[in-house]
Amino acid sequence: MKAASFLYELPEDLNTALQLLNSSDIDVLPLAGGQSLMPMMNFRVSQPDLLVDLNKIDSLKKIDSDSNSIKIGSMVKYSDMEKSDLIKEKIPLINNVIPFVAHSAIRNRGTIGGSIALADPAAEFPSLLVSLDATIELMNIKGTREVKSEDFFTGIFETDRKTNELVTSINIPINKSPKKFGFYEITRRHGDYAMAGAFVTTDGDKKEFSNSRVVLFAVSTKPLRIIDIEVFLNGNLLNDVSVQENAIDIINGYEFEGDLHNDTEAKKTYAKVSLKRALGELNG
Amino acid sequence: MADTRTITVNVNGEVHTNTINVRKNLIDYLRDDLGFTGSHVGCEHGVCGACTLDINGETVRSCLMLAVQADGTAITTIEGLADNGVAGDLKKSFAEKNALQCGYCTPGMLASAIEYINAGGNADKDKIRRHISGNYCRCTGYQAIVEAIYSVAENGGN
Repeated sequence: MKAASFLYELPEDLNTALQLLNSSDIDVLPLAGGQSLMPMMNFRVSQPDLLVDLNKIDSLKKIDSDSNSIKIGSMVKYSDMEKSDLIKEKIPLINNVIPFVAHSAIRNRGTIGGSIALADPAAEFPSLLVSLDATIELMNIKGTREVKSEDFFTGIFETDRKTNELVTSINIPINKSPKKFGFYEITRRHGDYAMAGAFVTTDGDKKEFSNSRVVLFAVSTKPLRIIDIEVFLNGNLLNDVSVQENAIDIINGYEFEGDLHNDTEAKKTYAKVSLKRALGELNG
Repeated sequence: MADTRTITVNVNGEVHTNTINVRKNLIDYLRDDLGFTGSHVGCEHGVCGACTLDINGETVRSCLMLAVQADGTAITTIEGLADNGVAGDLKKSFAEKNALQCGYCTPGMLASAIEYINAGGNADKDKIRRHISGNYCRCTGYQAIVEAIYSVAENGGN
């Protein structure tokens, strides 16, 4: 199918984009990389009156850092992040995950802001950002606010973003030594949306789990942080297999969302396998 | 605000200027307005890879891009692939290894293969498979395609 008719604007500065987004009488959508919005429009799931294309707004395409954090503009593409030495050095987890996000032709267009504003529960980046304790910056014509990534994602394709707001940047805290991390996902085909996946992060300079985060994806309506497992892991040695096994058992107490192809029990099994393999990666 | 827009694109070295409806996908503009029917329309939602082509040196899904977004860019479709260099070697190699049957996926497959070789991709079948994982082929079973890209990679790209 083809998209229904719409009007199109290509603003060159953020302020104009925010003004356009503020129209209350018509249905306005921002267009980032379009790698999910375009198919949704082709299927006519989405039929905006006005599309505000953000691709000419250079101020949203920057990657900056100070001593505490890296700030990634919302219009930074996956392929830009892949090439960034700053990201490679400070948050290697991002570089490790990007090859699993779709395929190169999609990564050449898809943006970090688009992915998180869409909030597909099976996508890598929403959960990745929760595992790194990132903060999402949002703007409307009145000003700026920041939301913790954990609070930003509220359900399937649902976020805390209001229709007149734009995700402008993602701030990720950086530590003196980069966090250790484990990542694993189960997919039908390389690059497809995951059937289940897991992120584990922990302080990089310790042999024990410390400030760990455990986040599962594609098994719930949103990134699923499991604090019970984090509390259990903290203080235990990273390479202790029995600790890993007991951590995985905690998953048995959780309910998961099934989907078209996998029921809740299958999702639980995939979640356990993903977490086991993500934990196994921590010592690599 | 408007639902039409005038764009100028360079396709395979020729400059085209057209006023088009903003809802038109790039692939439909190339095929219907300009006659470059070599690039194929498959799934129209970014999964099959048949419409993959090169814009400013990067592969994109031309079904997931509006034609108006291509304003000012240089596009290379299958019709514009040279007979020498990486593109020529791959075309030859695809023919030699029987890496196509119906040919529907081939324009997109070649775009991805060219990207792989140009990025310095080495003769590693697992990596080649991963790189073309975004391109469906329903005839060959992929073996011959992997072999074709592998043999070009093995010879150092060109």
